[in-house]
Parts: sequence; structure tokens; C-alpha cells
Amino acid sequence: MKKLIAWFDERIPMTKTWNIHLAQYPAPKNFNFWYLFGVLAMLVLVNQILTGVWLTMNYNPSAEGAFASVEFIMRDIDYGWLLRYMHSTGASAFFVVVYLHMLRGMMYGSYQKPRELLWVFGMLIFLVLMAEAFMGYLLPWGQMSYWGAQVIISLFGAIPVIGDDLTLWIRGDYVISGATLNRFFALHVIALPLVLVILVFLHIVALHEVGSNNPEGINIKKPKGSVPDEEKPKFKFHERFTKKYDIVDAFPFFPYYVVKDLVGIGIFLFLFCYVIFFAPAMGGLFLEPPNFEAANPLKTPDHIAPVWYFTPFYAILRAVPDKLLGVILMFGSIAALFILPWLDRGKVRSIRYRSGFHKVNLTVFVISFVALGYLGLKPATEVYTLFARIFTFLYFAFFVLLFFYSKNETTKPVPERITK
Amino acid sequence: MSNAPVDKGRRRFLTVATSVVGAAGAVGVAVPFIASWNPSAKAKNAGAPVEVNIGKAEPGQLIRVEWRGQPVWVVRRTPEMLASLEGLEDQLRDPNSEEPQQPEYASNLYRSRKEEFFIAVGICTHLGCSPQYLESDFAEQVEGVNAGFFCPCHGSKFDIAGRVFSGVPAPYNLVVPPHYYIDDKTILVGQDGEQA
Repeated sequence: MKKLIAWFDERIPMTKTWNIHLAQYPAPKNFNFWYLFGVLAMLVLVNQILTGVWLTMNYNPSAEGAFASVEFIMRDIDYGWLLRYMHSTGASAFFVVVYLHMLRGMMYGSYQKPRELLWVFGMLIFLVLMAEAFMGYLLPWGQMSYWGAQVIISLFGAIPVIGDDLTLWIRGDYVISGATLNRFFALHVIALPLVLVILVFLHIVALHEVGSNNPEGINIKKPKGSVPDEEKPKFKFHERFTKKYDIVDAFPFFPYYVVKDLVGIGIFLFLFCYVIFFAPAMGGLFLEPPNFEAANPLKTPDHIAPVWYFTPFYAILRAVPDKLLGVILMFGSIAALFILPWLDRGKVRSIRYRSGFHKVNLTVFVISFVALGYLGLKPATEVYTLFARIFTFLYFAFFVLLFFYSKNETTKPVPERITK
Repeated sequence: MSNAPVDKGRRRFLTVATSVVGAAGAVGVAVPFIASWNPSAKAKNAGAPVEVNIGKAEPGQLIRVEWRGQPVWVVRRTPEMLASLEGLEDQLRDPNSEEPQQPEYASNLYRSRKEEFFIAVGICTHLGCSPQYLESDFAEQVEGVNAGFFCPCHGSKFDIAGRVFSGVPAPYNLVVPPHYYIDDKTILVGQDGEQA
């Protein structure tokens, strides 16, 4: 065995990679519950790729055959229903864990210097994930697939001058048709997953270059020679990390955090399986009722709402009584997250040591996001539209306020060390 | 290996020249990939005009036909409906149909060739849903107007000539497609005809 490993190590950096990224990678010792969502997102990604490949084996990407082939998978393929529900529930689970993962980053300031690029890669993953989910939702070719795609593609029509030609180009037809379905299928199963996997790889490379943040927001890398030996952890970290810094308050990722993550994965799988087996449609949230009817280009369902994970942005779009401005605000709500590392001019990372005002601001932001998500599911009545406008305002107010108060924020003193 | 001195200027020229040629090549290669997303010849042919028989339409009835894969409505309007179009100017975004959403011959109060028949593409100008035809319940949406179109997706409202009300997300009036009367009972949707 040792000989075999040595044979490989002479030809590929196998043991070295294992050590740098797992066995001798220093991770802060105070990770909590919130630090599970990254690994869970990776688990769901694997689930999506695996079940997706299997679904492709029986799916027919044509306007004539798509709806029937999904029914065929559900009824006539052994365990086809399970593979499909794993995939459809996985899509929603992906957004659940990604939203919580992003909230974790916002709470503990994990986007702040030096982790700006890490955050931007994460946002790119989120963007590609949204495109991936949107294109995947067209594939069953149900009523909601069809009209949801119609609405989203028409968003590009709001762009002045080129808008109409652009939507025509995206659809490849004057309306959503088989041509659109086929290209979305190609992008959904090949192009975007490929981009997604590459971005996840870059996200992790960037993370391991700068090191993980932690709930205290305290740096675990201290200047070389500033920490007495008896205060250093009794673990061997790779010299790549110890060459320039003294590492304190850390464990190696493997086996300590791997074991912790396995417990989290176990709990997650319980919940995941519960949904798959007992509530795969989640009361119309994960799979919407009109989608059990085949697409009909001549008739719009009475009430169109995107799947729950898009509804916060959709509510922002609807709140604005002007087409172009609505589209700008909707994309702006995502763009604002992209530049969050530069909007927050604070030096203190964790919410634990930031001002009360910041805590309130972030709480209001989270409430606004959830409320917009709820409103996006509801029909556009006057009362709901009014609320959507209020919460849209509060959503953007978070970023504006943050930019102004973060420069001279009253913060609590941050300890030198996580714990001694 | 020769020991000739490095000619920096020449090296720079070659670097720039190869980069430019390479970039031009990349642009050229991108053309087929991008152009292949345009509507195919088949999709373009499917845009042929369609005939609609209106001989049996009841007053107030809406007939739906498909043209270019889009729903096209033909509504036989009642005199009350036509009367409701007057006096709405203040509530409408484009009451005089100034935006080019209709052929010239439909650029009038009724937005049609003949007052009685309204022909429009049944797709909301906001984000492409198909609005509902509310023959008699429209007053719930706009007080005092009994008939109109209401888009369930984002709440846009149109009067019975497809004119958009202000304060809703849709920016323009509904599109009136090119059409003409072949005879009293038949409309051809998709062509302006010789009368135009």
C-alpha cells in the first residue's frame, strides 16, 4: 500500500493535496451549526448531477414529447418517481441551503477583506444556479413551465432598442416553443452544470487560499513568531499555512470537521427524505399545481407565480409600476449583493461585535427578503402591492444604510483570540 | 541557438499582430454559434396568415385563434362596450394610440378597421402573459367600466380596445396585428391587404 501511494505521489500530488486541503488544513475551532450549509450545498449538487443524468436517460426534450416523457418516468420506470422527486426536491433544497449559507456569510462578515473574491465566486454560483433552476423548470413542459419561462424571457424585452430582438433570439421563435425547450435542455444538462462545477472549484480554491472565517470574525493567522509554542494547537498543519503565520485556535479539517459535517448531513438527509416521500410537491411550493397540466400557449393560468426560490425577486419586479424600472430593480437587488464587500466599509466582521443598529438592519433585511418571498407567491392585489413596495424599499435600504453607517460604526472591542 | 540580439520591436509587432488575427478569428467562430439561436426557417414559415370566420360570432363573444403561435383575439363588441371607450382618456396611458402598437388603419378610438370587431394579439405588453377577457366583471378592476382585459400575472388592465390603463406595469396598449376583411364574414390575420 505504501509503495502504491509512493508510486502515485511521484506522478501526481495526491498526498500533498489531501494534506493541504483536508488532513493538515487549519479550520477555526469554533464553527457552529451555520457552517454546515456549504458542505450540504455540495451534497445537493452531487445529488442533482446524479439524478439529473438518470432522468436524462428517459426524458424527451421536444414540445410534443416532453410532458408525456415526464409522466412516463413517473409511472412506468421503476423508481422513476423517486429519481424525479429527488431531483425536484433537490432543486428546492439547493436554494434552502444556499440562502442559509449566504445569510451565514452576511452575519459573520465572511465577505469582508480578504474574502471579497470568495464572496463574488459564491454570488456567481448563485446566479448560475438561478439560471440552471429556471431552465430546468421549463423541461417538464407544464403550464407553469411554459408561462413562467414566457414571463422571465420577456424581462429581456424591457431593455431599450435591442430588447425585442434579444427575446426573439433567446426563444428562437416568436413564442416559447420546441426550439426554446431544446436549447434550454442543452444548457441545463451540459453547459451550466459544467460552469457550476468549475465555479464551485474556484470558490473552494479561493476559500483555502484565504482561510475560513468563523462566528467571532477573529483572524486565526497571527504574525509569525508572535505566539509562544505552548499556545499553539497540538496539531500538525501543512507548512504552506505555517510558513508565514502562526496558526491559533484551529483543528485540521480532517477528521474533526468531516465527522461534524457527517452528523449534519445525517440530519439533513432525514428532512430531505421526509419531503421526498411525504410532501414532494410541498403543497404546491416545490411543484406547482398548474404544472400537472401540459403547456398550452393559448391560455395563461389564472395565477402565475414562479417557484418559491425566485419569489423575493419576482415581488420586487411586480412592485414597480414601470416595466424597465421593475426589471432594473430586480437585477439590482442581486447586483447589490455582488458588491456587498465594498458597500460594507466596517472593519469588524462578526455581528456579535457590531453595533445594535447593524443587528436591526440585518434583521429587517432578512424579514424583508422572507416577506417579499411570501408576497411573490400571492396575486397582485392593491394591499399586497403596497406591502411589496414597502419591503422592496427596506431591502434596498439595508445596503444604502450599511454603506453610510459602516464607516464610523460603534463596535464592541474584538478579542485577540477566539478563546485561550 | 543563435546569439543574435533580441529585436524587441519586432517581437512586440508579432505579438500584437497574432493577437489581433486570433481575436478576429474568435469573433468569426462565434458567428455560427450565435446565429444558430435565431428562429429557424421552419419557425419563420409558421408565421403564415390565418383566416378567421366571424359570421357566427355572438355580440360580446371572443374568438381565439393562433397566429405565429400567439393567441389572437377577435371580439365582437356590443354597442355598450363601444360606448364605454369614450371619456376614459384621463385614466389611460396612451389613449390616442400614439405608440406604434397597431397598423395605421387601426389608429383610431376603436383601434380597429370596423368598430364592431376588435382584433388584437392576446399577449400582455408587460411580460407576455395572456390577459383574461372580462365581458361583464371588469368593473371590479376599474370602476364604471364593465368590459375589458385583466392580466392575472401582474394586474395590468386594458379597456375593450386594448388600451392600457395607467398605474399598471404594462407599458403599452395591446398589439393589433395586421389584418383585413376578405369579405363580411372572414378576416385574414397576418396581412394588411390591398385596402391598406
